[in-house]
Amino acid sequence: MDALVSNAVNYPTESDEWKWDKPVDVSVQNVERRFGDTPALHGISLDIRAGELIALLGPSGSGKTTLLRILAGLDVPNAGRVLFDGEDALRLTVQERNVGLVFQNYALFRHMTVLENIGFGLSVRPRSRRPNRNEIRNRALELLDLVQLTGLEKRYPSQLSGGQRQRVAFARALAIEPRVLLLDEPFGALDAKVRRDLRRWLREIHDRTGHTTVFVTHDQEEALELADRVVVMSEGKIEQVGTPDEVYDQPASPFVFSFIGESNMVPVRVEHGKIWIDDEPLDLAVGDVPSGPARLYFRPHDVEIGDSSPGAIQGQITMQRRHGGSRRLDLDIGAGRGSVEIELPADFSHRTSGAISVRPRRWRLYS
Amino acid sequence: MSEAAIAPLLGSENRGAIVTTERWPVRALLIGVAVVFLLLFLLLPLLAVLVEAFRAGLGAYFRAITEPDALAAVRLTLLVAAIAVPANIVFGLAAAWAIAKFEFKGKSILNSLIDLPFSVSPVIAGLIYVLLFGAQGYFGPYLQSQGIQIVFALPGIVLATIFVTVPFVARELVPLMQEQGTQDEEASLSLGASGWKTFFRVTLPNVKWALLYGVILCNARAMGEFGAVSVVSGHIRGKTNTMPLHVEILYNEYNFAAAFAVASLLALLALVTLFIKVALEWRYAEQISASRRH
Repeated sequence: MDALVSNAVNYPTESDEWKWDKPVDVSVQNVERRFGDTPALHGISLDIRAGELIALLGPSGSGKTTLLRILAGLDVPNAGRVLFDGEDALRLTVQERNVGLVFQNYALFRHMTVLENIGFGLSVRPRSRRPNRNEIRNRALELLDLVQLTGLEKRYPSQLSGGQRQRVAFARALAIEPRVLLLDEPFGALDAKVRRDLRRWLREIHDRTGHTTVFVTHDQEEALELADRVVVMSEGKIEQVGTPDEVYDQPASPFVFSFIGESNMVPVRVEHGKIWIDDEPLDLAVGDVPSGPARLYFRPHDVEIGDSSPGAIQGQITMQRRHGGSRRLDLDIGAGRGSVEIELPADFSHRTSGAISVRPRRWRLYS
Repeated sequence: MSEAAIAPLLGSENRGAIVTTERWPVRALLIGVAVVFLLLFLLLPLLAVLVEAFRAGLGAYFRAITEPDALAAVRLTLLVAAIAVPANIVFGLAAAWAIAKFEFKGKSILNSLIDLPFSVSPVIAGLIYVLLFGAQGYFGPYLQSQGIQIVFALPGIVLATIFVTVPFVARELVPLMQEQGTQDEEASLSLGASGWKTFFRVTLPNVKWALLYGVILCNARAMGEFGAVSVVSGHIRGKTNTMPLHVEILYNEYNFAAAFAVASLLALLALVTLFIKVALEWRYAEQISASRRH
């Protein structure tokens, strides 16, 4: 075990670009975690490929942070296995596991300078594996350069902006040559503009260093933009694992459909291979779906509109508003079915009140 | 333009005034009250101690403080502080760590128990130890048969002092550690630091100013404690008299000059600790403000 960890340390003396180790793959198998009687994770299984940037996405209480802490070794599952490159990671302590952790609030050491923060992981190694002062310093300066903060090495964390602190936290995690990078809501405490910049920056860094990276977020936009694959979680279970396109275009469950992107839900009935709203059949091709009550989901912008066309959802416009580059209409679709929101081009002024019909272009049916 | 428009409303002398600043009479009154209070209740008594101490002349002053009984009292006081303060640091850190970083049953009880010495009269604190370890106490006869003396000896004085000073370090640390949470420690562990390294390189530096402040307060109390120590000490001159007890004995013997001379030493010790605190704060101002802001 010791040999494996120390394997990850090889100091380039004068090379410009750091040679990162081959990334590891992470396998989570039937992991369960209970806090007292409350289950936080119900038998989660997930395979993370080497070098992948993967997002754990879900609302608070979905278990995403618990899963991350288990990967980090800060929490221990009640059952299940975690493998790093096929090797049992649960047998390793936090220290031995060699993961790079970045917290939402950065958790920088406030009494150390930026350089000391970055070098911390190297300076606390046992003497036999500890690089000397100069090597630690040079390594920290290289990483500072990598995160584009050259010149700030003597600052204290309190003298940095939120975005700069985040980068320092990132460099500090990279300094220990982590086998896996784990980021807990990495941009959660930043304002929208900085957040967008840092997202792009993180993607670039990831592509250069190639670490297997897992980040937790409740922000779907962040997950879809940044991740190679998104793991959508809810109430301690994985709802869907897929590329951003897959989870957005082919949501596996009503939860995923409504959690990612905007959606409308209309209660319907399936009979004789058709979808019915009351006595009106919808002009939508249903495959092999069993009869009975069902829920029809579609996106506000994925619709065709018409004037009371047959085979479409009929509604009355209750409100219209301008929303950035588009115009949104709220429709009352009657009889306790609630309302439906549709999104149209901003120059749509054809009708802003009265009756209108909506036919989903793309949709999904869940029983 | 806007200033000209507002000026008639405010009256000319108020132009450019900041709304949250008081008018000068109010300011003068507030500052005056504070200054008079400090003079009357802090500086004047301190001066009185010094004046009385030197009333009989420099020679008498030095005789009083170099007299064997006085020196014994100084030694005992320093010894008691030297034992009680480190004990308090260890206890304070352990208790604050437990309360701030762990969830366990009885946590709120521990938290309020720490304050107990603040609410119990020091005399009672002393009596507890007499009751436990005195000749007629629960463990007294057994301890006596083993040749161990606690009450009317150094161990009793140390115990009473520790009891009285228990809250000082813990009370400074608990709120700070609670506010700081456990993320810094988790970060340190994940970076490969062992538990001890994490404690010495992350946890301790994070609380060092609060710890120092607690130590200074604790030390001042340990050296100045009267009530609890008075009960357990037995007032044996040159043996179990701490400085405050020595001052009282001299005073009761109408030896005012000597009493005030020793009292001035106590006051000096207090001033020295205060000076150390100010000097440290001045020397490390940047670090302190950094640790507060972040």
